[in-house]
Amino acid sequence: MEFTEEQILRYSRHILLQDVGVEGQERISSGKVLVIGAGGLGAPVALYLAAAGVGTIGIIDGDVVDLSNLQRQIIHFTPDVDSPKVLSAKEKINLLNPDVKVITYQTLFTSENALEIIKDYDFIVDGTDNFPVKFLINDACVMAGKAFSHGGILRFDGQTFTHTPGNACYRCLFNAPPPPNAVPTCSQAGVLGAIAGMLGTIQAAETLKYLTGVGDLLTNRLLSFNAKTMNFRTVNIHRSEKCPVCGAHPTVTELVDYEQATCEIKRH
Amino acid sequence: MATITINGETKELAKSLTVAELLVKNDVSQPDMVSVQLNGEFVYKENYKTTEVKDGDEVDFLYFMGGGSF
Repeated sequence: MEFTEEQILRYSRHILLQDVGVEGQERISSGKVLVIGAGGLGAPVALYLAAAGVGTIGIIDGDVVDLSNLQRQIIHFTPDVDSPKVLSAKEKINLLNPDVKVITYQTLFTSENALEIIKDYDFIVDGTDNFPVKFLINDACVMAGKAFSHGGILRFDGQTFTHTPGNACYRCLFNAPPPPNAVPTCSQAGVLGAIAGMLGTIQAAETLKYLTGVGDLLTNRLLSFNAKTMNFRTVNIHRSEKCPVCGAHPTVTELVDYEQATCEIKRH
Repeated sequence: MATITINGETKELAKSLTVAELLVKNDVSQPDMVSVQLNGEFVYKENYKTTEVKDGDEVDFLYFMGGGSF
C-alpha cells in the first residue's frame, strides 16, 4: 500500500507512534471492521475507526434515528432524525474520511444473515442493546473463528472484553441470555450519554490494537467501570470447559435467535 | 469471622457462607442475572448451595450489562 502525501499527513500521529508506524497504519488502512449497531457504542466506534482510516467499515442497524438517541449517539445529528441510522452514519464517516469504504446493512443481525455478513470482516464490534443479539454475535464469531469486542453500558456502568479464537467468550461468562421478563427496558433504566463514549472508545482502541497487533488485548479480562466513582476494574476470566459454545462438549452448535429481551438487569 | 473480598472490596463476615447465602446477603435477587467467580474460577449454578466462601477468598459477581444502541 502506497500512501499519498495527504494520507501521510492525515495519519501522521499514528505513523509517529513507534509501535504503529507506516506498517501499522497500512494494517489499519487495509483492515475490515464490522460495527453491529449504529447507536450509543457504534457511534464513537465508527467515528474513531473512520478517523483512523480503517479501510472498510461495515455498519449494520435496522433502526431510524430518534430524537432521544441524540443524547449519546454522536454520529447522528438533529437533521438526521427519522433517517436510517446506517445512512446517517455513512454520511458522517464519508465526510470525516473519504478514504474509508462504508458498507451498510439496513437490517437486523439474525441467525439467518450472521455468518454470511461476518465472513468478510477481520474484527467485529458488538454495539448492540440486547442480549439475544449479543449471544448471536458471540456464537457466530466463535463458530467462524472471528475476533470481536463485547460492550455493554447501563446507567453509569460499562463493561467490555475482547474475544479472540481460543480465549474466553461471552458464554464462558454467561451461559445463556437472562429470561426476557426479568429485565426492565433500557429506556426505563437510562444511561449517562458520555458512558457510551467512554466504552465505545475503549472498543475502538481494542479494534486498532487488534489490527496493528500492538499491545495486549482485553482477552480473558472483563473490564468494568462505574462513572459515579470513576473506578475501573479488570477481572480475570478464562475459557470454561463447560461453555455451551466453545467448551469441550458444546451444546450450542447452530445459531439461535433468542426471544427479544431488553437490556437491563435487575440489580440490587 | 471471615474476611473476604467481593468485587474488589473487603467485607467482614460473621462466619463462612455458601455462594447461595452470599448472593442473598448481597441482595442479588435473581441469581440468573449474575455469574460468580471464586478465586478466579467460575462457580457453576448447581454448586451455589454447596460451595463455601471462606476467610481470604476473593469473590467476583459479574453482571449482565446490555445497553448500547437502543
